[in-house]
Amino acid sequence: MRQERSPAPFFSIRGLEKSFNNKPVLTGVTLDVEEGETLVVLGASGVGKTVLLRHLNGLLQPDRGEVRVRGVSLNDRDEEQLAELRKDVGMVFQLGGLFDSLTVYENIAYPLREHTAWREREISRRVGELLAAVELERSGKLYPAELSGGMRKRVALARALALEPKAVLYDEPTTGLDPLATRKINLLIRNLQRRLGFTSVVVTHDLRSAFAVGDRFALLDGGKVCFMGNRETVSRAEDGLMKEFVEAAL
Amino acid sequence: MANSLAGFLSELGEVGLLTRDFARLLVRRPFEARLLIEQLDNVGVKSFTVVNLTAIFSAMVLALQTGTLLGKFGAKIYVSRIIGLSLFRELGPVLTALMIGGRVGAGITAELGAMNVTEQIDALRALGANPVKKLVVPRVLATMIMLPTLTLIADGFGILGGMLIGVAQLGLGANYFLGSLMQMTQLSDVFGGFLKAAVFGYIIAIIACAKGLGASGGAGGVGRATTSTVVTASVSILVSDFFLTKVLLSL
Repeated sequence: MRQERSPAPFFSIRGLEKSFNNKPVLTGVTLDVEEGETLVVLGASGVGKTVLLRHLNGLLQPDRGEVRVRGVSLNDRDEEQLAELRKDVGMVFQLGGLFDSLTVYENIAYPLREHTAWREREISRRVGELLAAVELERSGKLYPAELSGGMRKRVALARALALEPKAVLYDEPTTGLDPLATRKINLLIRNLQRRLGFTSVVVTHDLRSAFAVGDRFALLDGGKVCFMGNRETVSRAEDGLMKEFVEAAL
Repeated sequence: MANSLAGFLSELGEVGLLTRDFARLLVRRPFEARLLIEQLDNVGVKSFTVVNLTAIFSAMVLALQTGTLLGKFGAKIYVSRIIGLSLFRELGPVLTALMIGGRVGAGITAELGAMNVTEQIDALRALGANPVKKLVVPRVLATMIMLPTLTLIADGFGILGGMLIGVAQLGLGANYFLGSLMQMTQLSDVFGGFLKAAVFGYIIAIIACAKGLGASGGAGGVGRATTSTVVTASVSILVSDFFLTKVLLSL
């Protein structure tokens, strides 16, 4: 019988170390994210979750170790080589990262204008689709300053999806949102992921949101991954930080 | 002392790296004409009033001071020549640069700094766009184009201001004032001032961009970066003016 070969992981992180001003943040993270799955990185505030996420699209370069995206190493790539890769890896920033001088429509159209030769009609059709997907059909003409926190995150999500990326990175997608907006974002993340089948990495300290969107869960502590498991092993964790995390959330 | 020297060297390094990226991306297609035009308007057209008011009143004061002094020796006919040379060689480019350093330099740092602390610069990168190409190149290029242009216009307004005092206060004829000024001024004076202004434009914009892109720590950080831009740009203008003057006088 022919042996089934498992596909290479989408993101592969090996021995990742990163310090800022001589203060170590990541001290040897090793982690794989399989194609099509949603991995949630949990951890207390300030533990380096965002730093880890920013290595996955090359916004940060490791001091030591390596990040590979579909087998291709990101080490020592210049901005132009990384720009090519970033078309395939969308990112939703914690604060949204929306361009405040541009309308919602122009924000979502930005990556399309940057990377496609589409005419205005095609761009308008695609932006319309994306606005509908995040339930903001009527907000195209508004500026980011006129939006609520939840709406801003949804626009950021629409913009991250504009180029039909193969993976999406979420930095604290529900932090600072009220419970209803949080549920809406979680549902959106889950539904879009199911419908479009892209790989996702979600960074959060909110276990409820993590369970709503994730397939697998990694807990970051002391600059390393200290727990890795699925829904079942997380809720059954019997000792250590993961158990404390679960208890605190319930 | 050692810390401030290290800080200065590290800032110099950042400006150097940004200069390299600016030069490399300046010639790289596509050429972002729309962004450049926006910045030409922002740097140039919107600075028109403040720059020309500065030139008019500085030249009027210069005329008053030199006129009074030279009048004692019966030499006030030289006022126009002094005004012309001072304006074209020094006052025009330096005063215009200091005003632009304050107005435009601070504006660039505050804008890019605010974008940086709200993750907009990272968002640009994450969307596969190059912040240097999108933000730095149009701003530096626009300042390098508009500062010499504004300087020439300011020279004109300054001469008008000086002439006003020359005619109304010192009793010189308008035709004589202009004729004497033109006779004394050489094309190299105008060109020298023009060249200085272009260098000052580069210095202001590249410092402002580097400090804006390097700003961190929320609103306070953006405020500190903005103040630092105005101080660093102003001092750099005056220091580089000395060296540029040395070089231009030796040609």
